[in-house]
Amino acid sequence: MLEGLFDLKRWELAFVHMDTFWDGFGVTLHVVVAGLALALALGTLLGVFSTTRSRILRGISRVYVEFYQNTPLPVQVLFMYMAGPQFLQAITGAPQPVRIAPFVLGTLGVGLYHAAYIAEVIRTGIEAVPRGQVEAAQSQGFSRIQTYAYIVLPQTFKIILPPLCNQALNLVKNTSVLALVAGGDLMYRSDNFVSLYGYLQGYIICCFMYFIICFPLAMLVQWLEKRSKARPRAKSIPGVTDVAAAAGKEA
Amino acid sequence: MEIFNATNLIYIMGGFVKTIEISALSIVCSLVLGTVLALVKAYGPRPLRWLVSAYIELFRCTPNLLWILFIYFTVQGIDVLISTLAFTLFTSAVMAEIVRAGLNAVPRGQFEAAQSQGFGFFATMRYIILPQTFKTITPALFSQCTTVIKDSSYLSGINVAEFMYTTNVVMAHAVTLDQVLMLYGFVFALYFALNFGISLLVRRYQQHAVAA
Repeated sequence: MLEGLFDLKRWELAFVHMDTFWDGFGVTLHVVVAGLALALALGTLLGVFSTTRSRILRGISRVYVEFYQNTPLPVQVLFMYMAGPQFLQAITGAPQPVRIAPFVLGTLGVGLYHAAYIAEVIRTGIEAVPRGQVEAAQSQGFSRIQTYAYIVLPQTFKIILPPLCNQALNLVKNTSVLALVAGGDLMYRSDNFVSLYGYLQGYIICCFMYFIICFPLAMLVQWLEKRSKARPRAKSIPGVTDVAAAAGKEA
Repeated sequence: MEIFNATNLIYIMGGFVKTIEISALSIVCSLVLGTVLALVKAYGPRPLRWLVSAYIELFRCTPNLLWILFIYFTVQGIDVLISTLAFTLFTSAVMAEIVRAGLNAVPRGQFEAAQSQGFGFFATMRYIILPQTFKTITPALFSQCTTVIKDSSYLSGINVAEFMYTTNVVMAHAVTLDQVLMLYGFVFALYFALNFGISLLVRRYQQHAVAA
């Protein structure tokens, strides 16, 4: 079952091919960065859409989120992979099917998929700060900008940061979907190594490499979660707290 | 050529049944294993606790597909069972985290009250703590169910004849773009119906729980 796990020759061969693994690691990282940027931008937009008064915008956001959350990522990516080229050919009128680069497939795949999840995170974050907080701040003489800067946004960030980082973690793991469409990412190259030589060392190296990206993220999520549960400390806000303290002294 | 004929449809739906079988088995197994892991992490002796933490972190920080490929490479057997094993390894770590969050939400006083009434550890868990835990984590558990159903489509990559795989086989005979689009539309629609149905159930449960 796990034969050859401690065979030094096999490890040696795996380490000779280390460059291939690092290449895959690089492709995965590129897709992660681009996918995360797309997911954050689109997710924030859709999240804000779902809190507006416009029925149309809310509807767009709802349909998008439900579709992407309730259908599998591999199916979405395979769809783009199989139907995309012919689809582009039909639209652009090119003489043959338009090839989509694996990097684009991966970025669109994880980006669009996680945008749906990030939209939900943003929506709950915005909805979680009660209206009363804004009213209370304004009754205390905070300006609109001060209200947002010191009262609303810190609370929103505190709520959304842990689930947001969790989404980033899931996004990293989901980039492995590229292996299904020969995307040249870490998972694909490791699987190639294993099927070529029949040594499971490839999977162990792959495991280790995903771990180095994901473990710091997981620790960050844990730390943020702990921090979001802690009571906020009193903060000195120039022009607000010192004025209040001075007023207190005078009285 | 007609793509949606009876033979093809029966073949594709056989894959859909397999998807449901694998998902259901994996969810049940990983829920049981995940609960045990969470209990050990919360109340077990130190070395065991570390071991469980390491297990959870390892599977939380590596892709599901890696473990599917790994198990498929190292274990031989019936495809449904191998797939279940791979998903259970991975999902039980997630389940353990969900159960742990639920355990933390039960107030400490509940333990003390149970113990002052003469409940032993297992009786306290069985009758007092776990029922409350599962009540709070039901929504998270169901959304994990949809994740497992969705992730089961990764299995098409290792030629397990689940829904995505059977559809792909039929799709190899598709000639025109229309046929490909129709087949994908069918796949999307069925996955969507299944998962959306589950999330509707969760929403109803939550409304019910809030109302109660």
